[in-house]
Amino acid sequence: MTAAKSDYRWPHKHLLGLEELSPEDIRFLLSTAYGFEQVSTRSVKKVPALRGKVVVNLFFEDSTRTRASFSLAASRLSADIFDFAATGSSVSKGESLRDTVRTIEAMGVDVIVCRHHLSGAAHQVAGSVNCSVINAGDGQHEHPTQGLLDIYTICRRLGLEGYDLSGVTVAIVGDVAHSRVARSNIHGLIKLGAHVVLVGPPTLLPQGFTELGCELSNDLDSVLPRVDVVNMLRVQFERIQSQAFPSVREYTHMFGLTTHRLTLAKPEVVVMHPGPLNRGIEIDSAVADGPNSAILSQVTNGLAIRMATLFLVTGAQGKGEG
Amino acid sequence: MAARLSPWGVVRYDSVVRTLADEARLGALIDDLAQAIGGDVASSDPTAQWALVGIRSRGDELARRLSQRLDAEVFGQRVGSLDITLYRDDLSEIGAQPVVRTTDVPFDVDGLNIVLVDDVLMSGRSVRAALQSLMDLGRPRRVWLNVLVDRGGRELPIAPDHVGLDLSHEQLGPGELVEVQLKPTDDQDAVVVRESQPPQGGHA
Repeated sequence: MTAAKSDYRWPHKHLLGLEELSPEDIRFLLSTAYGFEQVSTRSVKKVPALRGKVVVNLFFEDSTRTRASFSLAASRLSADIFDFAATGSSVSKGESLRDTVRTIEAMGVDVIVCRHHLSGAAHQVAGSVNCSVINAGDGQHEHPTQGLLDIYTICRRLGLEGYDLSGVTVAIVGDVAHSRVARSNIHGLIKLGAHVVLVGPPTLLPQGFTELGCELSNDLDSVLPRVDVVNMLRVQFERIQSQAFPSVREYTHMFGLTTHRLTLAKPEVVVMHPGPLNRGIEIDSAVADGPNSAILSQVTNGLAIRMATLFLVTGAQGKGEG
Repeated sequence: MAARLSPWGVVRYDSVVRTLADEARLGALIDDLAQAIGGDVASSDPTAQWALVGIRSRGDELARRLSQRLDAEVFGQRVGSLDITLYRDDLSEIGAQPVVRTTDVPFDVDGLNIVLVDDVLMSGRSVRAALQSLMDLGRPRRVWLNVLVDRGGRELPIAPDHVGLDLSHEQLGPGELVEVQLKPTDDQDAVVVRESQPPQGGHA
């Protein structure tokens, strides 16, 4: 796999969302991640590329896998990493987000990995500091590394070495309205040429998504036969109380990916899920663990994507705003 | 103005100043290296296992060509390539975009005699990076260093075991770049000298 263009240059000091990236940026990041994959499979799982750099995990919202993935990615690049526990800290004493991140930066930090329950938080952090900022999920807005690892997984599964998704149809199923994973996927998939079908109950599927170039559907059974990839979003239980959500039983009946429903799809369809799984609700155990599932590859690929992201944003430091 | 992707990223060059070796001469230089490697194999422990490893992006092609000239029973399928981007000590200093490629060493390096191959040896920093990368893959028994061209200008105590074309005592200007061109990466097989221009976007 060769570089996109010989005089291409990664221009972004921050990774805040896939909306801001060009198709060329996304392809360059994905091909960089491919180079990082082998670091995780050899005996010494470490390279010295970010030696002496400091990465901070600043999580205002619960996360296990994303935080662990960033920590492992940073340590495989030989960076120092520490977790800033946003709960039980000065934040709970009323410190503003801006003051918190400026204080952290003053300790000599090179990258802040930020997750926050409010949309736009990562942009605000990026505007407050001089170091690089990576958005690890902000409210209902974007979760760019998840979008990138999903797209990377699709390309690897389908053997698309040029990261061109023309002719590929991807269904994203579930609570699209509240999902930052869906938004990042949509931006990235469409930029690389994919056809995106959003599937879910009408209450969780705003019409505005058609303006991004997506097709909307409320009928999973009719969509399944023509898709190459089906990405099942997690049912967020904190939303089940809301009136926008049908009952769990009704949801599973209409939108759960059951073994029976999977028979409607192409035999080689790729099944994805960002995790954590609600087995028996949005996806059956037999499907999640079956041969079509790429769920564990997504986790493995997430490491390579996060290594590539850390490597590229630190390389763009001091070279203008991204 | 021609641009090409060097292991250090994008460097822009003016046109070729002069040619040091054409296709036939380059082939003869590779023959010489292969013969020298054959000599090393013959004078070593006959039970030793050997491998060829090239440094991307010209050394890997060089390793492939050497393997065609060497005893297949000695080297077998053990031909690999190293991408040293992540091991460079000047990542923060260069102006151009570093491009991460794959390292492809599909065999266990533990206990092997490894012949490390690169196109041009200058500062020795690529070789240092390659050695560190190799050690992270395992523990070779011994590593040889063979280069097609020794350009001189060492900044680290690194010496090659065999050299095809030795320019280390020539008077090359600081802006003169020795470049090995190998098909299919390049259009032709040759060793040329180019006059360098600072990378675009300017880096002091």
